[in-house]
Amino acid sequence: MTGTYDLAVVGAGPAGVAGALSACLAGLDVVLIDGATSPGGQYFRGFGAPNRATPGSARFARQWETLTARAAVLLGHRVWAVEHTGDGFAVRCLEGDREERPRTVTARALLFATGAHDRPLPFPGWDLPGVLTAGGAQALLKGDLVVAGRRIVVAGTGPFLLPVATGLARAGADVRGVYEANGRLGLARHPLLTAGRAAEALGYGLGLARHRIPYLGRHAVIEAHGHDALTHVTVARLDAGWRPLATRTVECDTLAYGYGFVPQIELPVQLGCLTRQGTDGAPVVAVDAGMRASVPGVYAAGETTGVGGAPLAEAEGRLAGRAAAADLGRHVPPLPALSRRAARLSAFAAALARAYPVRQGWQDWLRDDTLVCRCEEVPLSAVREAVSLGARDARAVKLLARPGMGWCQGRMCGHVVAALVGDDPEPPRRPIAQPVRLGDLANASPQAPEPPGGPR
Amino acid sequence: MRPVDREFEITVDGVAVPVVPGQSVGAALHGAGIRSWRRTRREGRPRGLFCGIGVCFDCLVTVNGVPSLRACLTEARPGDRITTENER
Repeated sequence: MTGTYDLAVVGAGPAGVAGALSACLAGLDVVLIDGATSPGGQYFRGFGAPNRATPGSARFARQWETLTARAAVLLGHRVWAVEHTGDGFAVRCLEGDREERPRTVTARALLFATGAHDRPLPFPGWDLPGVLTAGGAQALLKGDLVVAGRRIVVAGTGPFLLPVATGLARAGADVRGVYEANGRLGLARHPLLTAGRAAEALGYGLGLARHRIPYLGRHAVIEAHGHDALTHVTVARLDAGWRPLATRTVECDTLAYGYGFVPQIELPVQLGCLTRQGTDGAPVVAVDAGMRASVPGVYAAGETTGVGGAPLAEAEGRLAGRAAAADLGRHVPPLPALSRRAARLSAFAAALARAYPVRQGWQDWLRDDTLVCRCEEVPLSAVREAVSLGARDARAVKLLARPGMGWCQGRMCGHVVAALVGDDPEPPRRPIAQPVRLGDLANASPQAPEPPGGPR
Repeated sequence: MRPVDREFEITVDGVAVPVVPGQSVGAALHGAGIRSWRRTRREGRPRGLFCGIGVCFDCLVTVNGVPSLRACLTEARPGDRITTENER
């Protein structure tokens, strides 16, 4: 088994690092792989000095330090495919952000902790420069120390809007307002309180108050305006189904918005792992109580099994790492408190998802010429035409009108097209998870994996 | 997080833009007020950062003559030459 790790963990966020560490401590030989050049994932991105405000960052830093002394770590390695080998799995990576080099890692078991990305909804002008996803604005701030704009509107749904708004305001931006499309849950009833995270909820409330940021429920940005860049947005008051009731204009140079998150599960789907529909409708990897996916030797944790935030991701990562070690014959004493904690956090995540759903009324925000697919520039009218030609599901619409055929492979619009035809979003079937050169693809023979650095 | 040491410069269509070490090309451009650097091939719509984490491919950029790099994932290096599709 020379050169083959016991466990390869994909993703160095809270779930992946906790999972890798638990597996190491239980005696496995572990490699952790992430496309970014620093650990943390989207949540702990740039977890050093500038971002100590992120709850849990000191704990994560300690875990990272312990892990790097015990496991192999491959940062700056983007995984583009995973395959079965005779007795385990091959993980195909590209190393480096420009002069990329192919590299294959082999392991007896795999843990996917690949996180999620924003779920944007389309509206007229959503492709104007200056319109960013909420996660994109957060990434600029945490990872690059760049404030996304001077006058910023934050919009969408979910509790994630609050740290984005307060973070931008603290960094000096004039945050013109936070527009929450669902009801603005009063702080007294906020789900964070029931999860024992009162201090966090209170902190966001105080942050909004200190910077005098209006926080309005049942409001949304339904149009963005500008010639070559954003100059103002139309904000609408919404009815319970998200249909606009009354509108006004808010001047801004930047919009940061998002309507929840889409788990990134193409790698486990490549291996044939079964999925299920998460509470918010998005497909997630189906797992058992030990975070085991349906394919033996494959585990998933964090947002890949349902969006639930960093504390749940960490608990699930630990469960997965321990299960992987037990399944490979290591002695792992039971830890019922960990399972109880994961179950409690998971119930909280489901309650949050139910409190911040996406309502169908957003479809009323679109016009015939509103782009549904940004890559292929497919307007709503083309999707409607495909439906009138007989396309009954998202796949047929894609074949006729090309939404989701471009660079992003439907990551931004897949859920949108599904909703427009009345489908549930399908699990992502992408045989290649990252752009790869044809030469590297041709050289990636399953019979001849390049010897990895080898376990220590 | 790397220690923030000395700033360096890259050029965007020949104009110098400051970079904090560790920043992506996309962040450096956005931070310098350059909101778009590409045009779509059908309607010529301007594109810059959108998802910011390598998923949407809106921010594709040419660095040192190499096209189609995701600006949000490409760490800037001293002396990088960025060429945009913006009108000059």
